[in-house]
Amino acid sequence: MSESTTSASTSSASSTATSGATAADGDSGGPAAARAASHGERILLDGVTKRYPGQHKAAVDDVTLEIPAGEIVMLVGPSGCGKTTTMKMINRLIEPTGGRILIGDEDVTHKNADDLRRRIGYVIQGAGLFPHYTVGDNIGLVPNLLKWDKSRTRKRVEELLDMVGLDPGQFRDRYPRQLSGGQQQRVGVARALAADPPVLLMDEPFGAVDPITRQRLQDELLRLQEELRKTIVFVTHDFDEAVKLGDRIAILQEGSEVVQYDTPEQILAAPANDFVEGFVGSGAALKQLTLTRVRDVDLHEAAVAKVGGDARSAITKARELGRKWVIVLDEEERPQRWVPVDELEKSGTLGSVTRNLDLEVVNTASTLQDALDQMLTSSHGVVVVTGRRNRYEGVIRVETIMAAMQSMQSAAHRAETVTPTGARS
Amino acid sequence: MTAASKGYPMGFWSFVQDRAPVLASDAWQHFSLVVQSLAISTVLGLALAVLVYRSPAGSAAANAFSAIGLTIPSYALLGLMVGIISLGVVPSVIGLVFYGTLPILRNAIVGLSGVDKTLVESARGMGMSPTAVLLKLEIPLAWPIVMTGIRVSGQMLMGVAAIAAFVLGPGLGGFIFSGISRFGGANATNSIVAGTVGILILAVILDLLLTVVSRLTTSRGIRV
Repeated sequence: MSESTTSASTSSASSTATSGATAADGDSGGPAAARAASHGERILLDGVTKRYPGQHKAAVDDVTLEIPAGEIVMLVGPSGCGKTTTMKMINRLIEPTGGRILIGDEDVTHKNADDLRRRIGYVIQGAGLFPHYTVGDNIGLVPNLLKWDKSRTRKRVEELLDMVGLDPGQFRDRYPRQLSGGQQQRVGVARALAADPPVLLMDEPFGAVDPITRQRLQDELLRLQEELRKTIVFVTHDFDEAVKLGDRIAILQEGSEVVQYDTPEQILAAPANDFVEGFVGSGAALKQLTLTRVRDVDLHEAAVAKVGGDARSAITKARELGRKWVIVLDEEERPQRWVPVDELEKSGTLGSVTRNLDLEVVNTASTLQDALDQMLTSSHGVVVVTGRRNRYEGVIRVETIMAAMQSMQSAAHRAETVTPTGARS
Repeated sequence: MTAASKGYPMGFWSFVQDRAPVLASDAWQHFSLVVQSLAISTVLGLALAVLVYRSPAGSAAANAFSAIGLTIPSYALLGLMVGIISLGVVPSVIGLVFYGTLPILRNAIVGLSGVDKTLVESARGMGMSPTAVLLKLEIPLAWPIVMTGIRVSGQMLMGVAAIAAFVLGPGLGGFIFSGISRFGGANATNSIVAGTVGILILAVILDLLLTVVSRLTTSRGIRV
């Protein structure tokens, strides 16, 4: 692929910037961009090939791919397509039989493999922690290989545990088997970041944890990436994960052939061919919802009443909006439950409202997908949105979600006509 | 002393008391012979395992060697050694090291090849050299299984060392052999029982020691 295609699709990414990760792309030129330059390094795969002796077909056949500095690039494809092989050639766990690999401007194809790997963070499924090392020793592995002095390693371990949300005092001296799967995976990420490598390789890191933990780990990775701006190559077979995390997605076919390499928005809106379409699945329109956060759309007003407050103004407001329900908040503006207008008229007071624990609520940081899920279980056609400290912010309607989907699709189509779809090799 | 010198059979306790200094020194030599041979066996077994564990053919050959080696009667092997070398300590140590190495070799191969391959790959992926992977990851993880092999060897060598007396080696075997050669004579049974019980006690002590060593040398993270 060419330089011009890269910059073109980058700008299309920031113009439709919606997800947490791409949103940070928007302020290019700011201090974040300056930091980004020092953090991630570009990776260039140039005609990389892996041919195993005695096999007719190459496992990876002449792949050319540029991974821009500071971005998360997702390698997605069916099993056996060579995505893991492609990734392992970057840290030369698998030696390429042809082509070259550049990190930054340096050709690393023939560099000492151990030195190279100490500059590349590596996270695998199930974390791959050493069971006989404590959490602290696991994180300190690469710093020790690099012969950092003890106090520097110790400080770094504390910093990293903090960064991945584990209390150093509590976790540093534990052994991996004393941690849950999600905690182990966090330590795995911390270990990969230990020597502050510019590049991170992640091989289906969240494949072995339960869905809720996976979602949390994904959110945390995005949060970390906003700060760190590493260049991350992430292998997954889960297209939803690719859409959620990727600044760019490379969809691979057998022999690691790059079928489409583009932003998630583009791939969802304009799949390059039937293979991609099949991979994207029928829910492509729905998948775009994971690209948008609740805070990115306009919320609606609902009729609001406070516990112990005056019911009449709420009733008037509800009539004005044409609604039959009122949302009741407590003194700290936290939503409690929906109350029908009829009931308010009868009692005329809001003295005793108990909190409905099953009230459908989403946070401003939730995705539209989460909001839609909640909506489907709610009987109101709207979902209450809360902001900081669970304070009431507004409601989100199904119309809002539909509109967001339509605008995303048309924006993507517009971009499509301006920029020819990215690299295909 | 008087009863023994007159050739009368005496009680077991008076026999032991009578020969306490000799018994103690033989017991010490027996123990020392076994421990030293075991140490050499451990180094040898581990080294051989490291050489072969990555190759399936090598591992199979080593396992076959270990299985066949253990079927050679120790009596025959030590007898053979007298012809080749001589009598005394050297053939005893060689014989013991031979038998002691086999279970350790076998367990070390099992332990090393049982280390999770994804762990090895993640270690390599972080930039650990093959030697570092072996010393910091594979051997520590295989260690509990290697230690089990060492304990099995230790128990076996306690018995084999008794036969070292046959080639005039050191240890408690002397009591058993002299008892057998004077069978029916005065104190023959006492002599055999004293040697045997002595070896049993030493075996228990050695096993306890090895259990403690195993615990101290195994990381808390992989202790069962």
